[in-house]
Amino acid sequence: MTLAKRIIPCLDVNHGKVVKGINFLQLKHAGDPVELAKRYSDEGADELVFLDITASHEKRDIMRQYVEGVAKAISIPFTVGGGIRNVADARNVLYSGADKVSVNTAAIENPEVITELADVFGRQCVVIAIDVKRNLNPTEGKVTVQTAEGPVWFEVTTYGGRKFTGIDAVTWALQAEKLGSGEFLVTSMDKDGTESGFDIELTRVISEYVHVPVIASGGAGLPQHFLDAFTAGKADAALAASVFHYNKYPIPLVKDYLRKAGVTIR
Amino acid sequence: MANAVIFDYGVGNLFSLKCALEKTGLDVSIGTSEQDLAEADAIVLPGVGSFTPTAKKLECVKKVIQNKVAEGTPILGICIGLQLFFEESAEGPGAGLGFFKGKVIRLQGDLKIPHMGWNTISLVKSCELFDDIKESTYVYFVHSFYPAPTDESVVCTKTTYGTTFASAVADKSMYGIQFHPEKSGDAGLQILRNFARIVTG
Repeated sequence: MTLAKRIIPCLDVNHGKVVKGINFLQLKHAGDPVELAKRYSDEGADELVFLDITASHEKRDIMRQYVEGVAKAISIPFTVGGGIRNVADARNVLYSGADKVSVNTAAIENPEVITELADVFGRQCVVIAIDVKRNLNPTEGKVTVQTAEGPVWFEVTTYGGRKFTGIDAVTWALQAEKLGSGEFLVTSMDKDGTESGFDIELTRVISEYVHVPVIASGGAGLPQHFLDAFTAGKADAALAASVFHYNKYPIPLVKDYLRKAGVTIR
Repeated sequence: MANAVIFDYGVGNLFSLKCALEKTGLDVSIGTSEQDLAEADAIVLPGVGSFTPTAKKLECVKKVIQNKVAEGTPILGICIGLQLFFEESAEGPGAGLGFFKGKVIRLQGDLKIPHMGWNTISLVKSCELFDDIKESTYVYFVHSFYPAPTDESVVCTKTTYGTTFASAVADKSMYGIQFHPEKSGDAGLQILRNFARIVTG
């Protein structure tokens, strides 16, 4: 046997509550991260990702509380990201029961933090999240891929896609891997929210270059999209939010579809 | 209530494991010294950290663990905790507990290392730790090294990732598992409940 491809629901958390389109009709407290985590875990999620968007000085206390709650409620791995800048931030959530931390902007601004985190917690705890936008202007030195839109390279953005860095995502991933990244969460800002499928060219090029697992993110709308991410995109895992939150395609249905298509699924 | 003491090497998160073990009905505490372990009904070596620092932390309690296990106290080693059942590891210098003969070696091949994610276990001999666990159940792994016991008869389950390795070993009151039961969903909880039943008798 080989490793199963992972299906990962993503939950956005603000002040300890899940935000952004939750539509679980049967749930009493739809915004409770613990209840949602339990629900997804029971449905067969292989892992969970929490992205914390809280901006306040009590952030650490708030995070610790719900991370502990989630750790008590479920027994599958989960990652916490959002505003994790250093070893102290990471320790806060890892010692509360999270299995991995995801780091995005802070890693671009201070790449050494990747090595510090890997040295203290082990690289399997360190997920580097990369938010990517396609750049259609051919530029020398960038890893360029032929697509239906013509040649593109993949530009790293920070601050939730607001800031363009000029950095090539493939080059960044290779550097981050060397520094200690244990996994990549690659989100297409072009596809995010469109439900038109993952950016397959992006997912594939990162998967082909790095030697650690790659999670495809942004654009899931149909079971077929997960299949594409795992086959053409060569992803190890696929992350989605709205398709699960709105119960459009529940996890068991997506997994069943993938199993029938010959994908190794838990 | 029977009490299980998780030994803290001081290098990582034990919260999830403690929560999962508490669900089995055991009274769970975290210990760092000989006194903490002396009265334990069961000892758990958790799966956080790498060989050299954890082996070093274990030195101060090695005698008490070896004595208790010799008297029949159940011990559960998870991931690095299992690897510490052996004498040494290719991961780095240091001496383990020496409960099992054999080596701890690095995963080889073209596959991504660490072996991280859900993989299946194949049951190769009957072991009460795996009661009610089905053949080819998925469990959660995170590791780069694996145990290769000299005595094949201690192997309970095998897993294939490039190479086929022992994913669980058991002998007398010693139980070692390479995957993480506290992260393996319902199957993992069942394995921990089986361990609790072994402890309470």
